[in-house]
Amino acid sequence: MLILDTLLIGLSSGAIYALMALALVLVWRSTRVVNFAQAGQAILSTYIGYEVMNRTHSYWISIPFAIIAGGAIAAFIDAVIMRALAKRSHKGSVAEIAPVIATLGMLGLIRSLTGAIWGNEYLQYTSPVSGKGYLIGGHTIPFSPQNTVIVVGALLVMGVFAVIFKFTNLGLALRAASFQPEISRLAGIRVDRIRTIGWAFAGSAGAVAGALVTPTSYLSPNSLDLLLVSGFVAAVIGGLDSLIGAVLGGLILGVGFAFILQYIGTSVTFSAAFIILIVVLFVRPRGILGSKVGRRDA
Amino acid sequence: MSGLIVSDLSISHGAISAVKNLSFSVDQGQLAAIIGSNGAGKTTLLRALSGLIPVAGGGATWKGQTLLGRKAEDLVRAGIVHVSEGKSVIPELNVKENLALGGIWRKDKKDVAAATEEVFELFPRLRERIEQSADTLSGGERQMLAIGRALIARPELLLLDEPSLGLAPLIIDQIFTAINQLRHRLGLTVVLVEQNAMSALKIADIGIIINVGSLVTSGPSKELLADANLRAAYLGY
Repeated sequence: MLILDTLLIGLSSGAIYALMALALVLVWRSTRVVNFAQAGQAILSTYIGYEVMNRTHSYWISIPFAIIAGGAIAAFIDAVIMRALAKRSHKGSVAEIAPVIATLGMLGLIRSLTGAIWGNEYLQYTSPVSGKGYLIGGHTIPFSPQNTVIVVGALLVMGVFAVIFKFTNLGLALRAASFQPEISRLAGIRVDRIRTIGWAFAGSAGAVAGALVTPTSYLSPNSLDLLLVSGFVAAVIGGLDSLIGAVLGGLILGVGFAFILQYIGTSVTFSAAFIILIVVLFVRPRGILGSKVGRRDA
Repeated sequence: MSGLIVSDLSISHGAISAVKNLSFSVDQGQLAAIIGSNGAGKTTLLRALSGLIPVAGGGATWKGQTLLGRKAEDLVRAGIVHVSEGKSVIPELNVKENLALGGIWRKDKKDVAAATEEVFELFPRLRERIEQSADTLSGGERQMLAIGRALIARPELLLLDEPSLGLAPLIIDQIFTAINQLRHRLGLTVVLVEQNAMSALKIADIGIIINVGSLVTSGPSKELLADANLRAAYLGY
């Protein structure tokens, strides 16, 4: 029973890590940028969801608004800030590191912005669905209706991504542009636009993660920061380049986390993610689904 | 009628001048072979003509319209398609997906399907390998795939960069025969950049010989092939 309970805890948190990892991988694949701002983008989208819920009194209506906001914020960051940065810097180590530093700056900026607008206190973004575990045969399992919403929501996002990436021209363009930007341009793909769309998808995935996980705790300008670390570790476990890897990495991390907390103790909460990361990288230095192929730049 | 006109074109890589005051023209429907050794500036020239890199000076027009200062993805829509050096396919995608990229921006999906069918008739091997990932193809098959993808865009001006690179002589013959058939059938204008001077000049109407970024000579390919001095100095046999 305890093992099953632990698995269930891991499944729910793993689904959230997977969403965050997807967001990071989508950006990494298309622009080779580790997007630290993702935590900020997700929290800002969640605040927007919170505002919509306060006005409509519906958690369900607020989610699509958060998703749209997440996509729009991400598209704005890429089209306005990242693209301008790429145009002004050329080759060399500064050009490689500048976008990453810029995302760190964006994270700080968004966090102060949300703090200035909503204050730094803990807000309640509540779901109408219960956060109490299901009662099965007199035993309360650590998996609630809200956890079901989390897992189903994450699965929906992954399903939509899978269909788009595998079966649509947009998905083909997204994959081509991330693998070989120059050849894609020569095939007529407007790589800049496609990259912005990739960022928007990433922002939306992060917004879903924020809107689904926040009802299980509280909302504050830095309440998703730890999720950024977990999402990044999950993405690295999955190989950084692979969307399927991101999902698997999220689940491995979620379940691994749950077992460590259950059987070792809460004292290792923060280091547990890194312990799992180190173990996976020792066994598979490229991550579980990382690619061997190099990449040519546009 | 005038097709491609390159006039006084100069291209630099930073402080290094890669192409210097180069002028030549290719009539519509002609196949021009640009010959020169490694580092002669051939690839740089094609990259500038297809909008991948900026030029330092001079002009380049296709049917009277400038090619310079336009984006590669816009030039593709204007019928100028560049098959870049080294089997320009996306190894992570399968054959079908690589071909689909060629027509991804086109509105006329019926004609994309027709063009794809024509590519399969020209290169039946691609049909056999349609579900295979491009990185499992042989060098020759990759080149067929790269050219096939370009044809699905229905180009008017095809820029080919070293299609023979790394291929066995028998495969080179096949590829060059296919290029020659194509341009006659479709009325294509082709600029073919090659180190393999013999194979290229055999199918070309005109040859343009460049050395360290400057024009050495240009003229009908038959005359170039017949010039003993040129043969010794630049054609390598």
